[in-house]
Amino acid sequence: MKAAVVTFPGSNCDEDTVIALERLGVEPVRRWYKDTDLGGAEWVILPGGFSYGDYLRSGALAARAPIMDAVEQLVARDQLHVLGICNGFQILCERGLLPGALRANRDGKFRCTWEGVRVASAPSAWPGFQVGQSFRLPIAHREGAFTVSEQELDRLFQEGTVFLQYCDREGRVVDEAANPNGSMGAVAGLARGRVMGLMPHPERAVSQFLGSEDGLEFLRLWLQGR
Amino acid sequence: MSRWQVVVAIRLKAEILDPAGQAVGHVLQQMGFDTIAQVRLGRLVDLEVEAEDREQAVAVAAEAARRLLANPVLEVFAVTEAREVGGHR
Repeated sequence: MKAAVVTFPGSNCDEDTVIALERLGVEPVRRWYKDTDLGGAEWVILPGGFSYGDYLRSGALAARAPIMDAVEQLVARDQLHVLGICNGFQILCERGLLPGALRANRDGKFRCTWEGVRVASAPSAWPGFQVGQSFRLPIAHREGAFTVSEQELDRLFQEGTVFLQYCDREGRVVDEAANPNGSMGAVAGLARGRVMGLMPHPERAVSQFLGSEDGLEFLRLWLQGR
Repeated sequence: MSRWQVVVAIRLKAEILDPAGQAVGHVLQQMGFDTIAQVRLGRLVDLEVEAEDREQAVAVAAEAARRLLANPVLEVFAVTEAREVGGHR
């Protein structure tokens, strides 16, 4: 298995992501945003951070970086599993590889909290994830409220693109109580084809002393994609 | 070719929540601006464009807005101004 972790100017979770993959026995290659290929990797993670200082809009400038041309080409050929974490998710939406956009949180604040997320729809490319399965993961973002038109949101639920929703400790999706940022449909993550994105940070939940190992399990299941 | 100063105005769509605009609105209320009912924050982008004529300068700015400056899910844009600032070369 050849996995890559991309560093954009302003990425700050790339190192954590590399360490998390190493814990799972994967030795990732590191790619720089100016690279024009993924070094033969068939798995790529776009990590969290503040690429380009969040200038213009979160993820907007990184989405046009040369490495993203390579990502898009390999996705079009079905030769790449992609995971965008937080800023990586914003980059995927800005690039059009996932639908919708992440706007400012409902309360206008940077939210740095532990949240429950629940698998709403099992992604066809990742058979390890089961509907109803939940994870406790940290979020850390100011622009994390998933937004699309109402019509498009219905379609995303129907076609199974809504992969993760925020939930309470009992695993219930309660829009006001368990939705930390005002995401439409309490959406915390999407998966379409082999492209997955989520706002929470699995790479920050890889050992008990960090508060949870759920992120390790999450990444293990991601690496089992087909 | 001549040089044109083109202004692109980008606004959040009416239905998109604007917490930053709300915060500014609250402070204006506290300052006594009780006739200001709503505040929405947007973004102005000043471009200097080399173009044959005004129409071409506006077209380039609109294309830049479509492809990068505005996000069509959240925002709308308008080219609000285009004036010649440099002579012909």
